[in-house]
Amino acid sequence: MQDLGISILFKGVNFQRLMGGLWVTLRLALITIGLSCLFGLLFGMLMLSRRKIAHIFCRIWLEIVRFMPQLVLLYIVYFGFARLFGWDLDGETSAVIVFTFWGTAEMGDLIRGALTSIPRHQTESAAALGLKKSQIYLHVLIPQTMRRLLPQAINLSTRIIKTTALVKMINVTEVLKVGQQIIGQFYRQPDAAFWVYFVIFLLYFLVCWPFSLLARRLEKRWA
Amino acid sequence: MDVAFILAHVPDYLSGAFVTLRFGLYGVGCSLVLGLLCCLLRYFRVPVLRQIAGGYIELARNTPLLVQLFFLYAGLPRVGIRFSAEACAVIGLTFLGGAYMAEAFRSGIESVDKAQVEAGACIGLTRGQNIRYVIFPQALATAVPALFANVIFLIKETSVFSVLAMMDLMNVADTLRTSGGRTTEVLFMLVAAYLLILLPVSVLATLVERRLRYAGFGNQHSV
Amino acid sequence: MSDTILRVENIYKSFDGTGVLRGVSMEIREGEVVVIVGPSGCGKSTLLRCVNGLETIDSGSIFLREEKISGRTKDLHLVRQKIGMVFQSYDLFPHMKVMDNLLLGPTKALGRPRAEAEKEALEMLERVGLREKAYALPRTLSGGQKQRVALVRAMLMRPEILLLDEITAALDPEMVSEVLNVVIDLARSGMTMAIVTHEMRFAEAVADRVLFLEDGVVLEEGRPEEFFHAPKTERAQRFLQSFTYASKREA
Repeated sequence: MQDLGISILFKGVNFQRLMGGLWVTLRLALITIGLSCLFGLLFGMLMLSRRKIAHIFCRIWLEIVRFMPQLVLLYIVYFGFARLFGWDLDGETSAVIVFTFWGTAEMGDLIRGALTSIPRHQTESAAALGLKKSQIYLHVLIPQTMRRLLPQAINLSTRIIKTTALVKMINVTEVLKVGQQIIGQFYRQPDAAFWVYFVIFLLYFLVCWPFSLLARRLEKRWA
Repeated sequence: MDVAFILAHVPDYLSGAFVTLRFGLYGVGCSLVLGLLCCLLRYFRVPVLRQIAGGYIELARNTPLLVQLFFLYAGLPRVGIRFSAEACAVIGLTFLGGAYMAEAFRSGIESVDKAQVEAGACIGLTRGQNIRYVIFPQALATAVPALFANVIFLIKETSVFSVLAMMDLMNVADTLRTSGGRTTEVLFMLVAAYLLILLPVSVLATLVERRLRYAGFGNQHSV
Repeated sequence: MSDTILRVENIYKSFDGTGVLRGVSMEIREGEVVVIVGPSGCGKSTLLRCVNGLETIDSGSIFLREEKISGRTKDLHLVRQKIGMVFQSYDLFPHMKVMDNLLLGPTKALGRPRAEAEKEALEMLERVGLREKAYALPRTLSGGQKQRVALVRAMLMRPEILLLDEITAALDPEMVSEVLNVVIDLARSGMTMAIVTHEMRFAEAVADRVLFLEDGVVLEEGRPEEFFHAPKTERAQRFLQSFTYASKREA
């Protein structure tokens, strides 16, 4: 009797290999999320600055990110930069550059939105109570900003995790690629591909879903 | 930049853009229908189907389209379910987009004041009439920005159709890049093509949103 | 002897274990105007909402012209077609012109021909002084105008009874009388009404009978001239006193 294709995942180190591939994209996502938070804060502050030139700069950046598929941006950095500037970037570096470029703009826009969403009279009534500027930020503005920002930032992080799957297209050996290798080794097993891709699908779901749930719970609690 | 090369390959890009746009729009259309259906199933609390819709939305929102396509195109045929590349493209995009559209419709419906629903009930409308004449028009007006954002998002996502055997924009560019080596020109045209597709959508979105604002929806409740 | 339109029998309603209505009974006869007063949170709005099926009751029963309407889940819209209700927040449909607001119920719920309903709507608008606003959008109207439109919208359903839930609570003071005069006009033409209000002088002017509700029970019931000038219970006296202010010059 022939085994079900799923059994190949438990042969040898196949499952560990798959998890290793998943970790490649997750690690990229984590680096991207960290950098995006950092640069996003700067970006958000830049958007709020009174300088017109800063506005225009941010606007253009944001529009590029909104209009260009991430895959196109990946191609530009991975293939184009080598040609244009002679920079031969490997896939993972290109991915971090592109996703951070994207994440920074989106995170910055969220931060700007959260900061401007707080009504002015919150600051005014806090000032009327005699609070110092630092106290107003610490006790009034930052807590309210965080409540609005955190669920959205978590959602953006989920999107970043999902989007890092694209590195497959610029020759990074991530989970799909590992999956293809495993399928290649077990070509005698006709339904191997079905199970391997099904498991990868589930793995992504299991990684992203908890974040989505968390974001929704926070949103509900702080609404 | 080699202008002659660019001009020579405009027809290739046009046909690629046509493929991208065509299957993108099929996907968007089906997503709207599926999204509305899921949203209504949940709103009317249809037993069983409502749970299925909820589970589907979670699955689709928390997995990358690339992985969904691999499963559809390379996984399912191994257990005897075979779709053409074009069908996979539309099914995949609809699977992803339906969930996003459902969420946009849902937040539109949730934004309709509960008092409006009661007012509809008080003039003796049935639940269906209330949805159709009172709730849905207002929900749609609120949902329009999110729906358009989804359209742009979905058209951008079509870039991963290139893993299917389809001559979409990405594949046209990839073929030219690997054969000719004119990376800069190839990428330049790729960017231009996506801009040409997405700019009109964005302009349309702005126009519709502005018109809805003039029509003066919402905000009648000061209480 | 006129017929009973609405009969509420010993109804109970609680939210999260807190009793809001604790055995309320009342009867409203045809052409009668009953005003329900009482302190905030006494259950008066809930009472109206229960009558219209917007809230389900825990026990007791409600009859409209001897037909039991409480405990129904099916075809609730048929019941509501016979009961008009107006809230404090007007709740006109913002995406429809005044006329479409008015005709939605008559044409869709009752299936009346549009032309005939439109003629009646124009007559009603004329009566409340808003003929020229028939094709305006709600957002261009003042609060008082919106509330008059809301009254017309409810009346065009030709309801057996009209429930008014604090319909002037959200209005600027100078707009209150234009709305209440419409209500008094309706009362004179014989409309049966149950009115929850905080406007005591209006209550006295319009009511045939006053119910005083506190803590979910009817504490006192009587003719307006009795209730407002010689309330029997001490609670009602205190409630009515809360609408007057002591002068600083009084000793």
